[in-house]
Amino acid sequence: MIFNKKKQLKQRVVITPQANAGSYWKDLWNYRGLFYFLAWRDILVRYKQTVIGVLWSVLKPLLTILIFAFIGSFLKIDSHGVPRLLLVTAAILPWTFFSSAFSEASGSLVANANLISKVYFPKLIVPVSAVIVCLIDFFISFAILLCLMLYYYLHNEYIPSASLFAIPLFLVLALITATGTGLLIAALNVKYRDFRIIIPFIVQFGLYVSPVAFSSADIYASPKIPEFAKWIYSLNPMVGVIDGFRWCVLGNAMKIEWTGFWISVAISFFFLILGAVYFRKMEKHFADVI
Amino acid sequence: MNPAIQIENLSKSYVLRHQQGSTYVALRDVIAARGKALLGKGTDTSGRKETFWALDDLSFNINQGDRVGIIGRNGAGKSTLLKVLSRIVTPTKGKVTVEGRVASLLEVGTGFHPELTGRENIFLNGSILGMNRAEIKQKFDEIVAFAEVERFLDTPVKRYSSGMYVRLAFAVAAHLEPEILIVDEVLAVGDASFQKKCLGKMKDVAGQGRTIIFVSHNMEAVQKLCTTGVLLERGKLLFQGSIDQVTRKYMESGDAGQSVYEVALPADAADSNGYISRIQVENEQGQSVAEIPTGANWQVRVFFKLNRATPHFIAALGIVTMLDMPLRTSWSQAADLAAGEYSVLFKNDDLMLVNGQYKLVIGLSTERRVIQYIDNLVTLSISEISAVAGEERILNSESGLILNPMNITITQLN
Repeated sequence: MIFNKKKQLKQRVVITPQANAGSYWKDLWNYRGLFYFLAWRDILVRYKQTVIGVLWSVLKPLLTILIFAFIGSFLKIDSHGVPRLLLVTAAILPWTFFSSAFSEASGSLVANANLISKVYFPKLIVPVSAVIVCLIDFFISFAILLCLMLYYYLHNEYIPSASLFAIPLFLVLALITATGTGLLIAALNVKYRDFRIIIPFIVQFGLYVSPVAFSSADIYASPKIPEFAKWIYSLNPMVGVIDGFRWCVLGNAMKIEWTGFWISVAISFFFLILGAVYFRKMEKHFADVI
Repeated sequence: MNPAIQIENLSKSYVLRHQQGSTYVALRDVIAARGKALLGKGTDTSGRKETFWALDDLSFNINQGDRVGIIGRNGAGKSTLLKVLSRIVTPTKGKVTVEGRVASLLEVGTGFHPELTGRENIFLNGSILGMNRAEIKQKFDEIVAFAEVERFLDTPVKRYSSGMYVRLAFAVAAHLEPEILIVDEVLAVGDASFQKKCLGKMKDVAGQGRTIIFVSHNMEAVQKLCTTGVLLERGKLLFQGSIDQVTRKYMESGDAGQSVYEVALPADAADSNGYISRIQVENEQGQSVAEIPTGANWQVRVFFKLNRATPHFIAALGIVTMLDMPLRTSWSQAADLAAGEYSVLFKNDDLMLVNGQYKLVIGLSTERRVIQYIDNLVTLSISEISAVAGEERILNSESGLILNPMNITITQLN
């Protein structure tokens, strides 16, 4: 074995009951390789021994889109004069990303229990890499949206607006929402496995209270819905994300309700901070209780 | 030069929960407890908690380049210590200063994914153990050659035989180049020849001036690999010194292991002819010890009581292998004994058994009747360590259970 004589600065680690915040972020950087490999592993493993492989990343949201579009036209939900498939797709894609990223991240620590109890690394890597894997799925499924946009453009039913360029902004917002809530639930799940049961419920419930089957305009404009209910509705961080996506794709046909939007954004950031702080606080006990 | 690892007043406690089915807390319990606290009824869960100190005020140093064996019985805190040093768990109290990059190998194949191929797992496992991609690439061929899995590199490891799996996992770990290597009991897996190869590899690593911390129950492996040792007992440091001293101390610290057997009174104790109360396995000096070094003399002391005068009393001791093959039975001379308490001593000073576990069978009888017969209670443990320090014998069961040599003479005939 060749002894690697590369000049390495000798590192000194002091282990105490108190967490050392400075060295944590440095470690996070040093372990970026592991971050990459965990994401790579999850992507590799996901479609091993499947026949159509990565096509599932397209097929799954596509089927959901078709079902929602069908139900939407069957129930005659207002499509605000834009092609219904586009309206649904602009909501399903960010929602699918959020729901899968949220549930994968939430379960990620427990799924990697073996790793956590046998090696040291900044645990933040695990849920964040789970989110990134879902982001890649999102990019793949984004092809559906592009195809639909092209189809309707060629049929003169749709003209893309400049707001399309704001998509990355809302994607980051979705990322923040999924990471924040994912970190929080992941850390809770280590100690309280009740969350394993709660997670699918949150996802299912979230689908009903988010503007996927309907649009926020229906809610905000409705005279039947009391004012406080509209406030509660906008507390859902995914309302801001999905409204944003729809505005990007469909332009001014789908205007954003700004008050509600900013509430959603604030909630997203609130969850990111809460999730990160709680995660960091619980992190040193993960190996003891997992 | 600073010590590689400096441990100061290190403690680690765990809270034990009694009478609770699951190891994790249910949210319901927490909510219930909080609710009760709010209502001023106090928590009743506190009564069922107990603090257990896995490490208790431990202080010692490990010098750079040392090969240290951590020795102790189950529950002595060895694994907890390794986990603290590897930064997997956070200590409750105290401080550890570690100089240099640490790699820990607490399990073979951590993070191996069954669906991934051998090649993919080498990269994954390498990065989990702290190697970067360039390092893994540079070592890749060496790792594959060491593991002897060239042909199966692109097969998912779920189709590997368990031997191949372990070889590959160890090979990755063995090619780490940290300044401090922490290894826990991983040599317990794999076949004998591979174990030998692993041990050789670890010696190589140590030869390059790295610090190695090694935990194993295999005293032979510890003695071969390590130069110094640390003996732990119930989370405390019992002794630190050269590996020979430490292993000797370990074997002498008999009270932690089973060497004294209190025999439960038979139901009819008062009416019976007599009964055995205690059996001790001792070394030659008469100290009760859990393990006897190979080649050392040992003795068994049996305490018994006779309720009435017993003519033609005989005590017997049998040695039986774990496969229930009797090796030897020895009977005392028949004697006429009065009622009272006695002890009988069986001294073994001729039979040398190979290391391993044996069952001891003890019987008391008269000419016609058995007074008491005890099997399946007492175990004789012969350790791998030779009684004669530094002597390298071929000690394995392949050459037979009995190590006593014959008298052999070669005569030239013409």
